[in-house]
Amino acid sequence: MGVLSQAFALVFDWYVLWVILGSAVFGLFVGAVPGLTATMATALLVPVTFFMPPVPAIACIVTATAMAIFAGDIPSCLLRMPGTPASAAYTDEAYAMTKKGQGEIALGASLVFSVIGGLFGTAVLILAAPALAEVALKFSSFEYFWLVLLGLMSAIFLAHADPLKGIVSLLVGLLVASVGLDNPAGFPRFTFGNAELAGGLTLIPIMIGMFAVSEIIRNVAAIDRPWEMAQAKIGNIFRGMWTLTKRYPAPILRGSVLGTAIGALPGAGADIAAWMSYAVSKKFSREREKFGTGHVEGIIEAGASNNSALAGAWIPALVFGIPGDSITAIVIGVLYIKGLNPGPTIFMNNAPAIYAIFLVFILANLLMIPLGIAAIKGAKQMLRAPRAVLLPVILLFCVVGSFAINNSIFGVILMLGFGLVAYLMEENGFPVAPAILGMVLGAMLEENFISSMIKAEGNPVAFVTRPIAGGLALATFIILLWPLAARLLRRKP
Amino acid sequence: MPGQKFGPAWFPGLIAVGLAICGAALVYKGARRTVPWVAFPEWMQRAQSRAAVIGVLAGLLFYILAADTLGFHLTAIAIVGLWVRILGASWRVTVAVGVLAPIVIHLAFYKLLRVPLPWGLLERWAF
Repeated sequence: MGVLSQAFALVFDWYVLWVILGSAVFGLFVGAVPGLTATMATALLVPVTFFMPPVPAIACIVTATAMAIFAGDIPSCLLRMPGTPASAAYTDEAYAMTKKGQGEIALGASLVFSVIGGLFGTAVLILAAPALAEVALKFSSFEYFWLVLLGLMSAIFLAHADPLKGIVSLLVGLLVASVGLDNPAGFPRFTFGNAELAGGLTLIPIMIGMFAVSEIIRNVAAIDRPWEMAQAKIGNIFRGMWTLTKRYPAPILRGSVLGTAIGALPGAGADIAAWMSYAVSKKFSREREKFGTGHVEGIIEAGASNNSALAGAWIPALVFGIPGDSITAIVIGVLYIKGLNPGPTIFMNNAPAIYAIFLVFILANLLMIPLGIAAIKGAKQMLRAPRAVLLPVILLFCVVGSFAINNSIFGVILMLGFGLVAYLMEENGFPVAPAILGMVLGAMLEENFISSMIKAEGNPVAFVTRPIAGGLALATFIILLWPLAARLLRRKP
Repeated sequence: MPGQKFGPAWFPGLIAVGLAICGAALVYKGARRTVPWVAFPEWMQRAQSRAAVIGVLAGLLFYILAADTLGFHLTAIAIVGLWVRILGASWRVTVAVGVLAPIVIHLAFYKLLRVPLPWGLLERWAF
């Protein structure tokens, strides 16, 4: 019990509670404004968390992202624009409900089932992560190599994009990761004699560029398109929610389970979870014909799914240091900076901090109820915030944040360069998530690959002789060859 | 590297092979389609959008080049002013945000978080 009481003491501290409240408001705002995403919120928060103790730093990110994923549903209902990509799957559905005069139900369902999904994902995280860590303690470099490779492969093949372009994106990420001295041989690579490059490319300015600057470019390009708000009367948000819960228990559970699982798979996060859950919901629904006309069932399932995915993504991030989505890809960097190095031993060495993170997850999801109601009521004011003021202020924040990581203008150069690259990639159908994953996992993949090769003396058979390594290898190849196999099967009727 | 079988060139070598294969596959796929080689996005035809995107990129570039000499404060006022105005705000809003945003950032990052933002020309009056 000692650990738990320590964890409580870490969380229920005035400073931490203020940080949670502040980041909750920030998350709700960022989530509710279309074009500002949960990942962007995380990237913007990192320079601030840089200066905080570990627990409030992590609490800040956990709370802001949970709030942002829920708040993304608000403009779906009012503007027919998803606030974050995680709401895109059911934006049309939610807007159709508003048009039918059921905006109140759509917003209420988004809130209530976001909370339920979030709490479900948290419960799985709390139960599964320590258990998985026990197994992971026995892993050697062979298992880690396959695990990282499996993660990278699933990132490519789960994304809604051309797998070939996904692989290119991943390879570019790995290439970026190999810059600098930080490799098993300690040999300078791709540094061109430049001192800034010798230390490797700092990931945080890159991520601010890829997630915030690219998004701002996209926003700015659409600046002459005004937002049109639909009218929705909002009274008691909770009216009818209990009836919905009793009517749709299976979709709620299915959405939460699938969301957690997708979240836990590396590379795929809340947005893909929502798309998949919406499709599953439609497939198994008894009223399939109502989907698309303003039917609440898909919103319930996918709304629970995207919030549960957030917590699910933390499972591989904490246990293996392999991010489950692009948010945890940023978080892993923060964990290292704060001395909470992810890996199976984190549950022994830093138990109080880890349990404090779990508590923050529960707290953030409960806090979503009162603050969510306030956000829904204040949605009109939030959505009226002028973009001509908002975007420049965010951009200045990006500049200073990128500078602050190393106190070097080189960070701003990285931010601009990678912001442009990410914008061009996305415009041409290259997904950004595999590149980020490649950057975060490049060092780990190389280290485990090279030390396995040295241990095996270059004999590739050694990579698959240990049972778990063999199983992971098999899974990797199944994912890799699945699209080909599916195409062949389809060709033969 | 001598004496080491699996040296630092191994991993980038594998990446290069992968990129070469994928690049060839993309070229092959692209060559079979009949779409133009280069296409500009539709917003480039709209004057305000075009000006806004160019303004954002030019502002960032200006910051990178000028921040160390001019200092954070002057550069920030210039670029934020440029961005707010180009995105369509009135002059009154432009001046207000252009001055206020750098002050708030100064208080938050320089004073509170102790980030050494450069003073540049204003070094003598640094506070």
